Amino acid sequence: MKYESVIGIETHVELATDSKMFCGCPVRFGADPNTNVCPVCLGLPGALPVTNEKAIEWIVAIGLALECDIAHRSQFHRKNYFYADQPKNYQISQYDVPVCSGGALEIETGGRPTRVRINRVHMEEDTGKMIHVGGGGRIKDADHSLVDFNRAGVPLVEIVTEPDLSTPQQARAFAQELHSIVLTLGVSDAKLEEGSMRFDANVSLRPSGSEDLGTKVEVKNMNSFRSLERALTYEIERQTAVLAAGDRIIQETRHWDEGAGVTEGMRSKEESSDYRYFPEPDLVPVEVDETWREDIRRRIPELPAARRVRYAAQGLDPDSIAVLSGGGSALTGLFEDAVAAGADPKVIANWLLGEVTAYLRRETVDLSETALTGEHLRDLERLYAAGDLSSTAAKQVLAGVLAGEGNPGEVAEARDLIQISDAGALSAQIDQVLADHPEEYQRLRDGDAKVIGYLVGQVMRITGGKADPKVVSGLLQEKAEA
Amino acid sequence: MAIDIDIAYVARLARIELSDEELEHYGAQLEGILEHAALVQQLPTQGVEPTSHPLPMVNSFRPDEVTPPLDRETALSQAPQADGGHFRVPPTLEEE
Repeated sequence: MKYESVIGIETHVELATDSKMFCGCPVRFGADPNTNVCPVCLGLPGALPVTNEKAIEWIVAIGLALECDIAHRSQFHRKNYFYADQPKNYQISQYDVPVCSGGALEIETGGRPTRVRINRVHMEEDTGKMIHVGGGGRIKDADHSLVDFNRAGVPLVEIVTEPDLSTPQQARAFAQELHSIVLTLGVSDAKLEEGSMRFDANVSLRPSGSEDLGTKVEVKNMNSFRSLERALTYEIERQTAVLAAGDRIIQETRHWDEGAGVTEGMRSKEESSDYRYFPEPDLVPVEVDETWREDIRRRIPELPAARRVRYAAQGLDPDSIAVLSGGGSALTGLFEDAVAAGADPKVIANWLLGEVTAYLRRETVDLSETALTGEHLRDLERLYAAGDLSSTAAKQVLAGVLAGEGNPGEVAEARDLIQISDAGALSAQIDQVLADHPEEYQRLRDGDAKVIGYLVGQVMRITGGKADPKVVSGLLQEKAEA
Repeated sequence: MAIDIDIAYVARLARIELSDEELEHYGAQLEGILEHAALVQQLPTQGVEPTSHPLPMVNSFRPDEVTPPLDRETALSQAPQADGGHFRVPPTLEEE
């Protein structure tokens, strides 16, 4: 029998607020264990949570970017469970009335669009981190566990799709598009390797063409787009083999092992979870009225899909479009500034992805550490368009501006890179070259066009490369016809 | 009104080990509580908005501002066991 795979994705996004979801503790990755904690996020008796307003604004922005309905009124629930990563023995989450529901995100794979429906986007708090000591770091063999609550209470947004994806490639494209949107909104640093954006996938198989859903398996622990795709490819193959052997799929959670390239079952027996959700009595409902919602909507920046369309219309090549629309590149702001100041988008994109990127890599600096502005790029592009700078000289000036030597005009002057394109100024040098090369001069007069290149080269040589070759070439033509 | 409660299941969810006598004892008590609560369910509540909170207020927010956290020593002072700046807890057992 032929099977088709059905995939749904659950994404967790840690918001990059300054403080935690329900207390004022700092949100900071990599701090010493248990240094960003307080009575609220440690679940000490009597401590009361208070909702971070910015986190609500940001989840509404995410929901709007995903075409969701924003609940006029939503509320928090307690999700009860027994595991030491949450000191309260429950996680504050949302249950029947999430902030956002019923959206969609369109992705493209192999030139074909797929509309992925979003079931819901809800607000919750992240858990602490556990280290299992002894037994090779595995939960079940551990001697004891160590808990760091720095991450407990960090605002966490969960985005749940409908099972609308059918291939690992689509799953990856979805994850990447969502990642770009989150970065564009500026609501998370969305680092997969640090876990500030995490993707879990539900996968099941069903006979091709069937409408029923098979038994689903949840796959976790993929910390790159590539491992998401690999893990799903593996899991689909595994399930296909199980069914082909006449066995049945067990509903379970499986961990992706990046090194071994396999998914592994986590528990021998999975009891269906009973989290006994009930309304969080310590928090009043969240109400997002139309005024607030529309105010948030107005502040949403241009999203990646719209950006890609605009950049393509501006004539950018696919690589530039991918980098500049991805939401994660500091180059985008500079590009937009330069174009808004009147520069040619194609030239600017080429410089940013070429010279500027190479410079930053070579010098191992961040763009923000350089002095380069959009106006610099615009000015440089004008000098180049006017013929005052050759293409090579423009790149040298760019390096000078990046190194903080001044604005493009100053750098070009200081480095003596301004091209001589004034006919009067070049006339003497051209005459000299023609006098030094009588044979070539004669061939030029006889209409031998091939000799022009050689003569232009000679003029370039005696002007130290500063002559505008196009102007020189034109002047030589004039001399030939004189 | 008689209400059946799977007290063994509730005990398992709460990770509390109960003897057979205790199961019966607490089961009866919990059933009594649920029976009492069930009286409320007999009220005609059609058209009444579910209330999750007794106070007629919404949007009790705080601005996204950092307040000083506890110093670690204080944070760990209530922990039965601490180790290298971490809370130390018993191993998590597999569910039986």
